[in-house]
Amino acid sequence: MNGSTTQHTTGNVAAVGLAVRSLATRELVRFFRQRTRIVGALGQPLIFWILFGAGLRGSFQAPEWAPAGMTYQEYFFPGVVVLIILFTSIFSTISLIEDRREGFLQGVLVAPVPRVSIVLGKLTGGTILAVLQAILFLGIGPLFSLIGLAPSMQIGWTPTSVVAAGLFLILVSFTLTALGYLIAWPMESTQGFHAIMSVFLMPMWLLSGAFFPVPDSGWLAWVMRCNPLTYGVAGLRQLMYSTTALSEATNLASLSTSVLVMLIFAVICTTVAVWMTGRRKSADQR
Amino acid sequence: MINIHQLSHHYGSHCALNAVSLSVSKATILGILGPNGSGKTTLFRILSTLYPVQQGEVTMGGTSLVADPATIRRKIGVTFQAPSLDSRLTVEENLRYQGYLYGLSGKALQLRIQELLERLKLADRLRDRVQSLSGGMQRRVEIAKGLLHDPEILILDEPSTGLDPGARIDLWTYLQRLRDETGMTILVTTHLMEEAERCDQLAILDRGNIAATGSPEELRSSLGGDCLTIQTEDPAGLKQKIADRFQLQFQQLGESLRLEATAGHELLRDLVEAFPEEIQSVSLAKPTLEDVFITRTGHQFWGEESGQV
Repeated sequence: MNGSTTQHTTGNVAAVGLAVRSLATRELVRFFRQRTRIVGALGQPLIFWILFGAGLRGSFQAPEWAPAGMTYQEYFFPGVVVLIILFTSIFSTISLIEDRREGFLQGVLVAPVPRVSIVLGKLTGGTILAVLQAILFLGIGPLFSLIGLAPSMQIGWTPTSVVAAGLFLILVSFTLTALGYLIAWPMESTQGFHAIMSVFLMPMWLLSGAFFPVPDSGWLAWVMRCNPLTYGVAGLRQLMYSTTALSEATNLASLSTSVLVMLIFAVICTTVAVWMTGRRKSADQR
Repeated sequence: MINIHQLSHHYGSHCALNAVSLSVSKATILGILGPNGSGKTTLFRILSTLYPVQQGEVTMGGTSLVADPATIRRKIGVTFQAPSLDSRLTVEENLRYQGYLYGLSGKALQLRIQELLERLKLADRLRDRVQSLSGGMQRRVEIAKGLLHDPEILILDEPSTGLDPGARIDLWTYLQRLRDETGMTILVTTHLMEEAERCDQLAILDRGNIAATGSPEELRSSLGGDCLTIQTEDPAGLKQKIADRFQLQFQQLGESLRLEATAGHELLRDLVEAFPEEIQSVSLAKPTLEDVFITRTGHQFWGEESGQV
């Protein structure tokens, strides 16, 4: 890419923008034409939330940073938000494998667009879908307390924290979609992706502090601290309790640490994804 | 318009293309004819920028494929063998998103889509989902997709796959019109002889090598005379007997023997008189492109699988 003149650069930016819009819009249109995907990405986490919330209530011991009287279902709530994001990003990156198999992708690859716009188009589409569903769940989740399927929660929003949470959800969604993208890119079949999902992506979520708190010490604590998604969950927790403020604790990262870790992880995943997409290879794929 | 010089491509140790050289002038339909595994799909993928150039040089419209694939992408329209349409989207959506990828938008794009669909007789299916269209119509949408940005060169991989004979004729009529009206250079890979007949120029590809080039007419007349084919139960034995008696070397292909001869009808009579027992049937015909393939490569078009599947 030679952006020697300003005009050239503007032209490139416009081309990237148009291509990103094209691929992202397609992603959204496809999603809304497949109703079952909405049920899958939103329904299962919702059921998990209610069932685990009810089942594990008795055995849950709230971590030290939690406000008094936090039930397991309340603890689990932000974890389910992240699960929804994970599922949605997985679904949208699985479509990458389908695009390759069905032939749509080859049409995109021969188009004269910078490879970065192919990645950004896919990630933007996936991010929009994930954020929409996460926000939907954040909105309707607390309403379940009205019919007795959830306890009343102490979550406190301010206008600033709502905006900040929205931005943070975008960051988390973008990062997870980028991670899904670089796993899905070299895959030939969706079965392979499902295998990776069960041995890598699901454990990554389980060990993110979404399902149970980070212990104070031991190997598990270290594994969880090294997991980038732990910071996604922690950041969301910090933002959700902006009025009540969570107590300082060593096993819950601060908001600034969380944002920083997610940003770094996002940049790494996206860079690798763009590099992979730009690489033309004729390996034994026919 | 297209110049390919000493292009080679390997998959590991398997050689898919071996020093292929070809050139195509503007407003020409070039057919790459070859059986499965002959390397034509590899060649197609290299020319469409999907695969890198490992060895050799390719220029298209004066631009080097090695140095500047981005510019090449702008010059070429590509129609794949496997469908590249999103079947869940409508015809119009498929073309619109494609247009965005090529930097077209707004009114200009809309007009272009209308114009193309009218020319391809699809204007009334604009809002239909692609999955509701017949195979022939889907193929036409594919072609519309490749033509949307008005490329200088159109590359098609086995374009008549899954088309009935009527749709196949329509497709070729349209390709020939494109060549005549817009001066587009068209490159088509095919394994169908009847399709190859319709090309202006042909390159016969066999196991990664160019076996012959020329117009279909030139290739056929290069064989000279007639083509004599004998069916027999003992091809090797009969071949030897004919060689002993007539000093003619027939080519043995499975159960049959074949030879091009200038005075075929006389030879036919002599052969049937000489070996009434051995010959089960014998045919005499003007050479076809298949005969050209057999003569130039020494084996049948579908006889043995060459290379991987």
